[in-house]
Amino acid sequence: MLKVNNLRVGFTSGKRLLAAVDGISFAIAKGETFALLGESGCGKSVTAQGIMRLLPTAGRVLGGSVAMEGENLLALPEADMRAWRGGRMAMIFQEPATSLNPVLTVGQQIGEVLERHLGMTGAAATGRMVELLRQVGIADPERRLNEYPFQFSGGMKQRVMIAIALAGEPELLIADEPTTALDVTVQAQILDLLVRLQAERGMAILLITHDLGVVARMAHRIGVMYAGELVEVASREAFFSQPRHPYTQALFKALPDMSRRGQRLTTIPGQVPSLAAMPTGCRFAERCARVMPVCREQSPVWRDEQSHAVRCHWQEAVVDADVVGVGHEITDLSVSAGKEFLQVADLKVHFPIRKGLLQRTVGHVRAVDGLSLAILPGRTLALVGESGCGKTTVGKALLQLIPPTEGSVLLGGQPLVGLRGARLRSARRHMQMIFQDPFASLNPRLRVGEIIAEGMDALAVVGDARSRRETVAALLAQVGLPEEAIDRYPHEFSGGQRQRIAVARALAVQPSLLICDEPTSALDVSVQAQILNLLKKLQSELGVAYLFITHNFAVVEYLAHDIAVMYLGRIVERGRAEEVLRTPKHPYTQALLSAIPLPRLEGSTAVIRLSGETPSPANPPSGCHFHPRCPHAMDVCRSRYPESVDVTATQRVSCHLLS
Amino acid sequence: MINFQPVVLWSDIFVWLLVLCAVVFALAVRRREHLRQPWVKLAANRIAMASATVLLAFVLIGLFDSLHYRVALEGKPGQKTQYAVEVLSVLDALATPLRTRNEKTYSEPFATRLYAKETVDVPGQGTVREYPRLKYGGKHLAEHEDEVAADAGFTAFRAGALAFLGWLAVAGVVSGVVGHGEAPGTGWQRIWRGETAFAWDAVLVALALMLLVAVPLFWLSGQYHVFGTDKVGQDVLYQILKSVRTGLIIGLVTTLVMLPMAVLLGIVAGYYRGWVDDAIQYIYTVLNSIPGVLLIAAAVLMMQVVIDTNPQWFSTAAERADLRLLALCFILGITSWTGLCRLLRGETLKLRELEYIQAAQAFGVSSWRIIIRHILPNLMHIVIIALVMDFSGLVLAEAVLSYVGIGVDPTMTSFGTMINNARMELGREPVVWWSLTAAFAAMFILVLAANLFADAVRDAFDPRAA
Repeated sequence: MLKVNNLRVGFTSGKRLLAAVDGISFAIAKGETFALLGESGCGKSVTAQGIMRLLPTAGRVLGGSVAMEGENLLALPEADMRAWRGGRMAMIFQEPATSLNPVLTVGQQIGEVLERHLGMTGAAATGRMVELLRQVGIADPERRLNEYPFQFSGGMKQRVMIAIALAGEPELLIADEPTTALDVTVQAQILDLLVRLQAERGMAILLITHDLGVVARMAHRIGVMYAGELVEVASREAFFSQPRHPYTQALFKALPDMSRRGQRLTTIPGQVPSLAAMPTGCRFAERCARVMPVCREQSPVWRDEQSHAVRCHWQEAVVDADVVGVGHEITDLSVSAGKEFLQVADLKVHFPIRKGLLQRTVGHVRAVDGLSLAILPGRTLALVGESGCGKTTVGKALLQLIPPTEGSVLLGGQPLVGLRGARLRSARRHMQMIFQDPFASLNPRLRVGEIIAEGMDALAVVGDARSRRETVAALLAQVGLPEEAIDRYPHEFSGGQRQRIAVARALAVQPSLLICDEPTSALDVSVQAQILNLLKKLQSELGVAYLFITHNFAVVEYLAHDIAVMYLGRIVERGRAEEVLRTPKHPYTQALLSAIPLPRLEGSTAVIRLSGETPSPANPPSGCHFHPRCPHAMDVCRSRYPESVDVTATQRVSCHLLS
Repeated sequence: MINFQPVVLWSDIFVWLLVLCAVVFALAVRRREHLRQPWVKLAANRIAMASATVLLAFVLIGLFDSLHYRVALEGKPGQKTQYAVEVLSVLDALATPLRTRNEKTYSEPFATRLYAKETVDVPGQGTVREYPRLKYGGKHLAEHEDEVAADAGFTAFRAGALAFLGWLAVAGVVSGVVGHGEAPGTGWQRIWRGETAFAWDAVLVALALMLLVAVPLFWLSGQYHVFGTDKVGQDVLYQILKSVRTGLIIGLVTTLVMLPMAVLLGIVAGYYRGWVDDAIQYIYTVLNSIPGVLLIAAAVLMMQVVIDTNPQWFSTAAERADLRLLALCFILGITSWTGLCRLLRGETLKLRELEYIQAAQAFGVSSWRIIIRHILPNLMHIVIIALVMDFSGLVLAEAVLSYVGIGVDPTMTSFGTMINNARMELGREPVVWWSLTAAFAAMFILVLAANLFADAVRDAFDPRAA
């Protein structure tokens, strides 16, 4: 139905034209899902914008054709194009929070599409809107039509966005990372919805994503993009059973996973070449493990075998064995469970909600509400949970960046809560934090050397300038950066390198605990693997303990020794990693684990679907916080919060089912 | 050799302090790549560089006018040297003919006679009412009064030709520097094809226009009153030259007063939040809700009373006028810091939540160190943008205040006092238009150049525009 032929899209930069998408061709049939997969900066979104002709002002279509049902879209005048956009093809975006207009009601925004493309107004339109909202699974659609986007949660907004996209009854739906901003349980709901709608309407979907799990769940055919080119196109079965391009293979190997525990992840060295400096030969040659001289000279041509096309000079069969040798190993047993050195008991962080002229406190957001945990030296505790459950607040409260409302934090037996001045400073030497966004966590106005030395200065670790420079250089070497990085500014580094700098900064004061707040969620898979390897290496060399705050279970499976699952400010289950992952006892943990889309052919069996979303911590449900979403909810759950129960010596669960 | 005594007025100190700050800042920027980047971008902007050239000319006039001295009076040898009461500046010395050749009253530009009839005793004819000849304007023409146009045109042409030659010399030097070490002529080509990193073509065009206007103007001003004379016969061109310094001081010293307050209070409010924030917000909200002109008028009048009751503080009239000018700057500064403060508070609120600030807090870095190392450098672009944009507003504010009568000392020449004086003259018949027109034109050029420059600065420094 949709045929993209040799499409080239570029951006003007001064007097030069830089091709962001360089000659890609693919076709999508009716009722088919075609997934475009690739790292950030590979031109996936630009392709979608080129098809819709919604390029930014600097963007230009340089050549090729986009034909839908035989009609060349690139040749249409802009006025005719408007009938196609929204009418025959529609798009949903990554960030549901910004893709809806906050000053119009949901009904007005859907009605706009109905009026433009179907000429529907009045009662007929209202009827259709209600029907659409019901289709995308929004309860009580008559009432919700008149509500504004701020009254909807993130997942609900994405449903509304889908309803708007469906309103024009498009034949092609372009979904640009539709679930990246959502939690796993909500992501599962949205993906189900898309599959159902596709089955009902026979729509074609162009799915743009970087997540192999989502691809495995959704796609019929897959195209892998790299640096503006398609490098491999295959059916789902062929793709997951036998990826053939070295890039695709490396992507699979870079994925953290339970089965790779204790091994080094394969990383892809370097980064995607910039638009201004595209190599002439194969664009992946610089990073490829199987590079040959011919790769650097000429761009490979397509080789097509049984609906599995690949663009590579390398023709051998897949070798399963790791080319990169298995690195250092840490088995769980090699780390002895020593004495707990950080103990948190009944930690509470409440933020007051103020209202009115005199700013009286009318309630509290219970971000963290009675949390207890313990961290052992040299081990990794993963704190998992969906967004808004208070995990980040825990990290900051441990460091005393946010004063806890109640509870105690003991560091090696010494209480931290309420410490001030010099004593707090000396206590902070033992704990440091690595933040989520490597672009926001380094001051752009300071040199890397100054950034790393900051902590040493503040905590008076080293004295004179020369020994300080040596120390900084040693730290940089430890995280795999060259010494000359000292005199450069953060903007000269890529995301992964910046995260390394952040790690070096934290290590500068020789902490025994690193709090890692989603340190890899802003990074691409191949770079994520580099950082995970680094963290693992540092743990084995220095014996640092990690508190790993994340929502990414693959990372948890790979890295964690112990796991604590958080829901709405409380820990619902904790235990050793194997126990929690293999035999989850709490219904929430079970649902979370089953909702993760796995990057494998067989996918996950028996999926537990959770309805709804995490309630607001300002007004948590009575009794067990989880009962409104729990498939096993009983009467007692609604009235009383469950005590935590020891299932084994190490696994503790808070659920009435077990008591 | 004339004996003289240098006089350092308070405003001179501020002016040269500002120059020093600018030089130090420029040196600091040169060494830091990330600070230099926006300036490099600015240097490539043609409009910015053209307006900067114009501004630089104004600044040079202002700087020449900021070196003051008193001339020694002729005295008997052996006696203690006495100095003249009048304080002069280097600019006054350069423009001595303009300053000293005063007519009796109004005369039109390029006039040879006064603008008003007077009763003159003509030997042999008794008393006659006629337009008397000017003492200086067009004196060299003697009997050929009607040849003004031809004479002035010819002089202007000669001066223009000379200006063009001068410009060619400057352009030649520049192209030599640009094409250093290459074949002769390549520098010239590269400039006009716009291939240089610095927008030399814009600078040279602006310079050419300025030279072509300024050189003939000053050449002619030796023989004529090119912009006419005012009520007391003073040359209007001279007044304009003197007004430039007043305008610049108002525009620059005020920001110097306002800046520490706005930056300090804004950052402190945004960083510490809580009651500090409340207190600072209340202060600026209250200050903002008092009508500005009223507040300034009250403060200026109080200041005037203090000055009048303490004449012993000042040895010359210039010092008194100078103090009043500074007082005006302070008052304007104190009433105009709120806007920038609010902006900086908002930005600090945003910055303090960023992760690198939290990382610093996690290291136990002290709050003041965080403010100086992490917050202040990341606010500098806002400060620079605000400074440049406020400048033109303040120059205009001075004109308005002086017009209302609460501006600078009446003895001090400024655009505002010129316009205020011209107000009366507009009521005359026939109308005296040149004073107002000249003041308007000069101020227009200054403010336009400043605004264009400010626009370019905002484009270069605003991270969102990139």
